[in-house]
Amino acid sequence: MSAEIESTEARTQKLEGLGAKRKRVEDVRFTQGKGNYVDDLKFPGMVFGDFVRSPYGHARVKSINTEAALKLPGVKAVLTAADLKPLKLDFMPTLAGDVQAVLADDKVLFQGQEVALVVAEDRYIAADAVDLVEVEYEGLPAQVDPNRAMDADAPGLRDDLRGKTSGAHGPRKHDNHIFTWEVGDAEGTERALKQADVMAKELIVYQRVHPCPLETCGCVASMDKVNGHLTVWGTFQAPHAVRTVASLISGIPEHKIRIISPDIGGGFGNKVGVYPGYICSTVASIVLGVPVKWVEDRMENLQSTAFARDYHMTGEIGATKDGRITALRCNMIADHGAFDACADPTKYPAGFFSICTGSYDIPVAHVVVDGVYTNKAPGGVAYRCSFRVTEASYFIERMVDILARKLNVDPAEIRRKNLIRKEQFPYHSALGWEYDSGDYHTALDKVLKAVDYTGLREEQKRKREAFARAETRKLMGIGVSFFTEIVGAGPIKNCDILGLGMFDSCEIRVHPTGSAIARLGTISQGQGHATTFAQILASEIGIPAANITVEEGDTDTAPYGLGTYGSRSTPVAGAATAMAGRKIRAKAQMIAAYLLEVHDDDLEWDVDRFRVKGVPERQKTMTEIAFAAYNKVPPGMEPGLEAVSYYDPPNMTYPFGAYVCVVDIDVDTGVTDIRRFYALDDCGTRINPTIIEGQVHGGLTEALGIAMGQEMAYDELGNLKNASLLDYFLPTAVETPVWETDYTTTPSPHHPIGAKGVGESPNVGGVSAISNAVNDAFAHLGLTHTQMPHDHWRVWKTAERLNLTTV
Amino acid sequence: MPKMHVKLNVNNREVEGLAEPRTLLIHFLREQLGLTGPHIGCDTSHCGACTVDLNGKSVKSCTMFVAQANGAEITTIEGFVNADGSLHVLQEMFREHHGLQCGFCTPGMITRAYRLLQENPHPSEAEIRMGISGNLCRCTGYQNIVKAIRAAADRMSHAKEAAE
Repeated sequence: MSAEIESTEARTQKLEGLGAKRKRVEDVRFTQGKGNYVDDLKFPGMVFGDFVRSPYGHARVKSINTEAALKLPGVKAVLTAADLKPLKLDFMPTLAGDVQAVLADDKVLFQGQEVALVVAEDRYIAADAVDLVEVEYEGLPAQVDPNRAMDADAPGLRDDLRGKTSGAHGPRKHDNHIFTWEVGDAEGTERALKQADVMAKELIVYQRVHPCPLETCGCVASMDKVNGHLTVWGTFQAPHAVRTVASLISGIPEHKIRIISPDIGGGFGNKVGVYPGYICSTVASIVLGVPVKWVEDRMENLQSTAFARDYHMTGEIGATKDGRITALRCNMIADHGAFDACADPTKYPAGFFSICTGSYDIPVAHVVVDGVYTNKAPGGVAYRCSFRVTEASYFIERMVDILARKLNVDPAEIRRKNLIRKEQFPYHSALGWEYDSGDYHTALDKVLKAVDYTGLREEQKRKREAFARAETRKLMGIGVSFFTEIVGAGPIKNCDILGLGMFDSCEIRVHPTGSAIARLGTISQGQGHATTFAQILASEIGIPAANITVEEGDTDTAPYGLGTYGSRSTPVAGAATAMAGRKIRAKAQMIAAYLLEVHDDDLEWDVDRFRVKGVPERQKTMTEIAFAAYNKVPPGMEPGLEAVSYYDPPNMTYPFGAYVCVVDIDVDTGVTDIRRFYALDDCGTRINPTIIEGQVHGGLTEALGIAMGQEMAYDELGNLKNASLLDYFLPTAVETPVWETDYTTTPSPHHPIGAKGVGESPNVGGVSAISNAVNDAFAHLGLTHTQMPHDHWRVWKTAERLNLTTV
Repeated sequence: MPKMHVKLNVNNREVEGLAEPRTLLIHFLREQLGLTGPHIGCDTSHCGACTVDLNGKSVKSCTMFVAQANGAEITTIEGFVNADGSLHVLQEMFREHHGLQCGFCTPGMITRAYRLLQENPHPSEAEIRMGISGNLCRCTGYQNIVKAIRAAADRMSHAKEAAE
């Protein structure tokens, strides 16, 4: 017999499967500068594209003269709308059922809009030539305020839609109206609000922000004229969907298009959309027959590719006098910019905003969203969030706090009273969602205990008294937030984008010597898929994660999938990985039974091998089985050990968490210090605790940026006033506090391994916790609500309005 | 545009080439020398993704003409790995402590951290945070980067003590 078998623990450890704090395999390359991002690509004959962009928010384009640019040595071509029209590529479909100008023709509708693409030998010549393209504009008044976009006298912005009374999502009531989306019980909500003992109403604005990944968007398009194949390398969060869209709009058969997402330097939703740069580079490559590279600079990124949020939400919340919430209503204007290029599932023009009843058992609710056009960049993507969940969560978390003030109840107490109870799961919300699992009270209590919430409130009371006695100029604020996300889009029955069902996929091939490759329909942008998907598989098929290669992002080799955004990789592709793994194991079991000359049912799985029940020394390891799969399978069985799974999730997953933020505000400067931030996340089964923690740190830091400083500020002419990192706030290591993390584990009952996804939770819960803390600091002085971002100036203005400043 | 001759020492190797007077150092490194470790994340020298070590100082190579760097000694992220191919202690600690996610800021961040530790071998947490405040990261929230730099500082000073 073989040498003594290692213990179960030792073998499990060796697998580095579920729950292991496995070091990331990606990092060996990344730490050496050996990543392969789109701007690192270099091909023989490659030329560079650069855009002429509109300096105006709204203007007529009277003429475009490309003569001088074309004369500049090194310039290869200048594309304008006139070149795209015969190809029917002057407009492209958006993910939201609208169209978007690829290059502006008669009109520009936002500052930074693409007007012409210059292609030249190098990027410097291209930049020179951009300056030589003469465009004559006639400025028009800009429509910047979304709340005025549907005024009777507001001129329609889109010439192509003038007079059209219906759009992709139903009737339109104004030329600047995109859709009305309504969900819930209007009459029931009205009645309940009227009957409520207490009612609070507030306008909650979630300002326009930008995901701003450190790497901007870009691509290299290469048309091989000999074989008619188009290859596009680019910063695509959904490469397969991009291929299908590219085929549909270009007419090139889908099998002749290859989309490759190389390493991506962060996405956060910014890289979900299809941008004019991709189309124009492709056209230029077809025209010139050489590879064409286009990479945005930072200003272009902030001005023209996908923004997020810009929701103007009027909320009403009703409750009994003892604090039971009885109804919730939200009427909202959503600013979508000049083209509707939101990246939401087709049936949800406001994404999953209807998760806005949050973590609370609210009997009746009603939401009406009106989307409008303005002279701003298109977008409306899920910035580290699952389709408007961040907006929904911010809305309910502010409303609950505002209600608590009105009732004079502690914010933690009102939450405890209204949280959905453990025994209510699966819970059916008033707006139609089925929450899969949760244990909210345990999570909240754990956090409150960890931060000594009672002690904090006592300290705050003492400090407020000291402030009143003028002994200190600082106010202390405590923010509590409890969020429920809805992620993992999603079941094909209700989730598709452009008709493509939102399943995902995994294909596994086990090699004869017992190592494997897994390919998925998703694409990592820093989440560590190469590490974590191998861990899922290691636990399923007993092959060490170190011996499993994970590959994504090449549409020629990977199975079709809808990509990575909305925290869907783990809930959907992670599930596909586990399911494909189970198919491998089922076949392996039959092979093992044949080798051991027993019936399949006589075998039991033991970490990395099958054993004969009751005779444990009779066994076959996965390594032995893998080899046998290629030379000794049972009669009638196909050789090889491969499996593929396309996973259509039965439901979304519902991660949740409880956060507490403590701030100290200097009323004379508005400087707000985050003294403490405690984040408890429940993302179901935990695949790699180290990576989860990293995701939470990162998401909270993005939440900090949003809550404390980010706002895309447009002036009345439609100029974006902060289109560089000089003015657009990204937190540095100095502003970023130390994050304390914690967890509970409530597995998803319908996910094969119980995982729920975590990447976006901290952004969803973090923004509300910080904003609630700032608002809480002034609550005793009469403040009900102040809008984000809570930068120093705005916080100081709040203090000034409350007559607290000395100046 | 007429080109000028430039000569640099990059990662202990003498290199030379022709460049326009306006060519930025980052473009020369990435496109002429093929050193694509340093990245471009902004155009205003705020993000630090392009950080290289130049004559003993951290420099944002998007804010300097290659002409200005003529004759300089430059280390990019590609120059950090040890002679035997193993990772530099900073690279190893970034990996160990999950100090990176998408990897785009990492080359600049490690290059900056190296110079920080040369200038201050025993930095406090606040000194580390201030020391890397010219380098933006959108993924990690800096917490594990700080941890990695502290761990590297400890390792490097132990190694130095052992050598003495």
